[in-house]
Amino acid sequence: MSPALKNAMLFALVAVLIVVTGISQSWNSALLILNMGLVSAIMAIGVNLQWGFAGLFNVGVMGFVALGGLAAVLVSMPPVGEAWAAGGLGVLAALAIGAGTVVLAILGYRRLAKGRSIAVAAILVCGFFLFRAVFDPSVAAVEGVNPAATGYLGGLGLPVLLAWPVGGLLAAGAAWLIGKTALGLRSDYLAIATLGIAEIIISVMKNEDWLARGVKNVVGLPRPVPYEIDLQNDPGFAMRASALGLDPVTASTLYVKLGYTALFVVVLLLLLWMAQMALKSPWGRMMRAIRDNETAAEAMGKDVTRRHLQVFVLGSAVCGIAGAMMTTLDGQLTPGTYQPLRFTFLIWVMVIVGGSGNNFGAVLGALLIWFLWVQVEPIGLFLMNVLTAGMADGSALKAHLLDSAAHMRLLTMGVVLLLVLRFSPRGLIPER
Amino acid sequence: MTDLLNALVAFANFVFIPAMAYGSQLALGALGVTLIYGILRFSNFAHGDTMALGTMITVLVTWWLQSLGVSFGPLPTALLALPVGIGGCMALVLVTDRLVYRFYREQKAKPVILVIVSMGVMFIYNGLTRFIIGPDDQRFADGERFIISARDFKEMTGLDEGLAFKTTQGLTIVTAVIVVALLFWFLNRTRTGKSMRAYSDNEDLALLSGINPERVVTYTWLIVAALATVAGVLYGLDKSFKPFVYFQLLLPIFASAIVGGLGSPLGAIAGGFIIAFSEVTITYAWKKVLGYLLPESLEPSGLVQLLSTDYKFAVSFMILLIVLLFRPTGLFRGKSV
Repeated sequence: MSPALKNAMLFALVAVLIVVTGISQSWNSALLILNMGLVSAIMAIGVNLQWGFAGLFNVGVMGFVALGGLAAVLVSMPPVGEAWAAGGLGVLAALAIGAGTVVLAILGYRRLAKGRSIAVAAILVCGFFLFRAVFDPSVAAVEGVNPAATGYLGGLGLPVLLAWPVGGLLAAGAAWLIGKTALGLRSDYLAIATLGIAEIIISVMKNEDWLARGVKNVVGLPRPVPYEIDLQNDPGFAMRASALGLDPVTASTLYVKLGYTALFVVVLLLLLWMAQMALKSPWGRMMRAIRDNETAAEAMGKDVTRRHLQVFVLGSAVCGIAGAMMTTLDGQLTPGTYQPLRFTFLIWVMVIVGGSGNNFGAVLGALLIWFLWVQVEPIGLFLMNVLTAGMADGSALKAHLLDSAAHMRLLTMGVVLLLVLRFSPRGLIPER
Repeated sequence: MTDLLNALVAFANFVFIPAMAYGSQLALGALGVTLIYGILRFSNFAHGDTMALGTMITVLVTWWLQSLGVSFGPLPTALLALPVGIGGCMALVLVTDRLVYRFYREQKAKPVILVIVSMGVMFIYNGLTRFIIGPDDQRFADGERFIISARDFKEMTGLDEGLAFKTTQGLTIVTAVIVVALLFWFLNRTRTGKSMRAYSDNEDLALLSGINPERVVTYTWLIVAALATVAGVLYGLDKSFKPFVYFQLLLPIFASAIVGGLGSPLGAIAGGFIIAFSEVTITYAWKKVLGYLLPESLEPSGLVQLLSTDYKFAVSFMILLIVLLFRPTGLFRGKSV
């Protein structure tokens, strides 16, 4: 069997799995799985850029995904005029002071020769208190504006599709800052640094209510596709639905989900094409050369740290785009739901299982693992029901086993990852 | 004078004692990470979940003992269950090593591959813990709650400020001292300990001088399992046991190990206390202490809290970054592979 045929069959297998879900459960849940699978595939492409192409170990995917989600709010929500009047400029001024302090401290560190540690410390301390003096009252003013409904500055009120590239830019900016400090150090350190920055991004999003309402969540984001209720009220739509033999309610939910699917497929294909072109280009070959032997590449005159920074920023930007898309799909930003196991380590499982270094592998792995992640729970419950069928009803063990079936998915993911690493370390679609 | 004493007591009560206890817990965790790094040469992402698993076994045994009516007087029953927890955790990590890690060791896989493997192990441990005990908060502390309670202290000294010294805090510090003393005695005085250090310093030389690497690795896992369980149980007694929190502890633990210098046991301890003290001091609202110290006219109006407690991760991370930028091998000159 040729590799191309095998790959096609693997993708066909995923398609069959989704179709089977559609027939046996419902087309709505099948499309739900597919949509999140597509978003995950984009995240996997981002991680694959960093890990597969360049061997960078980024375990802060969650942070970049969350930044993308933040972009969706900042771009698409309408601005809260009252809050801007109350303290918007104060917050912006405070942020400018904060940024200025850091820049000044860095400049001071670079330029001054004598007594620079004292000078830098003085700059940082003064800047910090000045920042807090401006920041705290403005934030209190902004958060005081109708806290139950808004209590934040709002966004720009632009079309939500614009948030996708903006999410990428936001994530790229954060990645540049991290890369500047942590790249060039050992690989383990980059891992810990990214793990930390992701946690910090999440805690900022949870606690800075003026930014995106924190744990109070922003709901009702504008959508790039029509609303179900409008479709149902549209007589033309209802007629076409009945012509297909569907009732208008089901038809409208399917129509909306298919709309998202179409948008996501376009973005995925675009990014996949770009990643493939990058891989085949001299740049991609150079990246892989650096990955395989840094010393040799450096001897050939390649600037390893710079290239690493480049690919780190690019990969993180892709994760940011995916994050904005996911928040758009959900229609809400809920910082409390970002968990590293789900948004960082699961993406890693996808890339490793699919085949690190191969873009198609990453996409396949994402679709497959996401399907598994969703479906393990019902399967686990079914298994537990079979296992406990013989036990007496009402026994504590039986109840416990049935309750615990929900936690099977982490176990399954771990086993899948270890099995792939052991017996097929190059993944389902190995790098060529 | 009374003001000064009051300030000191408030400082001890809200900053010094909690930071000492937290620092001991972090130090024990960081010792495990650093030993794995020194001997097996990878960053073990599963460490937080190893702690959770060991603690879970201890919690289950504690509940069983409590249901039998066994108690340990004023001390928590969990101490009686601790040996079983350690034993269970040891068995588990040894099985994991045989089934998972040994294969990659024999292949001489790159460290980063081992890190990814430890990610898989992390998933499995995390799943196991949630599967068996569930994701919720579990309390298992019992026995006397305080060595000195705030009210007793006030009555004893006549000061306005109370000093509460929880049993679990005292226990944490004492246990940490004992465990660390034992560990250093083992590493510096016994044959096995010396061979472990030799293996960590220079693998080839150690192999040439006839040290059995598998034996060294086995002992390392045993020690790490014991350290992880002790750290986890102490943390759980002091706060409460929640699997997800243990996973999140990974960050401050790694920060401690790196700040001290990966591979250096002494560094891990120092790092643990540095991280703990900075977290507590930066997120503590100093209003109370300053209120006693400063003259009335200067008394601060705000809370004088540098950062809200929600940002304690940011503190450990900032210290980590500063150390990495200015002294990449850590304060105690750990390894840099």
